[in-house]
Amino acid sequence: MAYVDHSREFAVAGGARVEDYVALLKPRVMSLVVFTAIIGLLLAPGGIHPVLGVIAILCIAVGAGGSGALNMWYDADIDAVMSRTANRPIPAGRVTRSDALTLGLLCSVFSVATLGLATNWLAAGLLAFTIFFYAVIYTMWLKRSTPQNIVIGGAAGAFPPMVGWVAVTGDITLAPIVLFLIIFLWTPPHFWALALYKKGDYGAAGIPMLPNVAGEQSTKVQIVVYSVLLVGSTVLPLAIGMSGVIYGAVAAISGLSLLLLALRLLRTAEPVAMKRVARSLFVYSSSYLFVIFLALMTDHVARAMGWV
Amino acid sequence: MAQDPAPLPPAPLTEEARRRRRRNAVALALVLAALVLIFYALTIFKMGPAVLDRPI
Repeated sequence: MAYVDHSREFAVAGGARVEDYVALLKPRVMSLVVFTAIIGLLLAPGGIHPVLGVIAILCIAVGAGGSGALNMWYDADIDAVMSRTANRPIPAGRVTRSDALTLGLLCSVFSVATLGLATNWLAAGLLAFTIFFYAVIYTMWLKRSTPQNIVIGGAAGAFPPMVGWVAVTGDITLAPIVLFLIIFLWTPPHFWALALYKKGDYGAAGIPMLPNVAGEQSTKVQIVVYSVLLVGSTVLPLAIGMSGVIYGAVAAISGLSLLLLALRLLRTAEPVAMKRVARSLFVYSSSYLFVIFLALMTDHVARAMGWV
Repeated sequence: MAQDPAPLPPAPLTEEARRRRRRNAVALALVLAALVLIFYALTIFKMGPAVLDRPI
C-alpha cells in the first residue's frame, strides 16, 4: 500500500503566518523603494492629488513586493543554502512555492493596473517593466549567469523614483533619469561590499558574484571605480539646476566619505580587516543613498519656501 | 491487482494551526476591504463630480 504523507501538506497549510506572506514581499527592500518613489513623486513639477499620490506610492510598494515574491519563488533553491536567506518562508518550509508565485503575480497585476487607473499608463508601464526586469531579467537570467548581475540588475531598483516622477508628470525628462542613474551606480559598490564579506555564502550557492569569479582585488578596484562614478553622478542634480547649495554640501561631504571608505577597502589586504571594512562600506552605502535622497528633498522644500 | 487505498482523512487542526488560519483569514479580509476603499477613493478623486455626469 502506498503511503501518503498528509502531514507535510498539512504542516504547510496550517504553518504559514501572515508575517510569512509579508516576508515574501521583502519589506526592507520595499521601504527603500517607497522612500525613493516618494522623493521622485514630490520632486516632480506640477502636482498630484494627495489621495492619488498615496495610492500611487502604495502601487509602487505592492509592485516591488510582488517582484520580491517572484524572486523568492524562483530562488528558493539557492536561498536554502545561504545563511542570510535560509530562514526565508519558502526554504524554511512555511510557505509553498506555488503560494509565493500566486502572491507575486497577484501583487504585480493589481499594482500595475491600479497605478494605470490612478495616474497614467506610462507610469504603469514603467512599473510593469521594473517588475519584469527584476523577476525575469535579473532573477531568472543574470543572477545565475554573470558576475555583472548586480550592475545590470541594479536598474530594477533604480526605476521607483522614476515611476514616482512619471506618475505626476506623465513624461520622462532628464531629472528622473538623473535619479535613476544615482541608484543605478550606487548598486554595484553596495552589493559588491556585501559579496566581499559573504563570499563563502555566494560560492556555496553557485552564484557568480564578482569576488568569487574575478577575485577580491579586482572587486575592490571595481568598487572604487563605481564609487567615483556614483559620486560624479550626484553632481548632476546641481548641473541641471534641479538642486542647490544644501544638496550640494550634503552630497560633497557624504560622497567624500564614501570615496575614502572605498579607498580604505582597496588598501586593506588582511582578510579579517578587509571583511570588516567591506561590512562598514555596505552599511555606510545604505545610509548614503538615504542621505542623498533626503538632501534632494530638503533642498527642494527649502527652495520652494524661499529659505535659500 | 490491489485496489487503491481510500485517501486518509485529514488530520484534525491543532489549536495553533486554527489560530493561524483565523489570523490569515482576518488579514485577507482586511486586504480586500482596503482594495474596496482604494477603488472607491480612486473613482471619486479621479473623476470628481463628473462621476455623476452620465447623459442618457
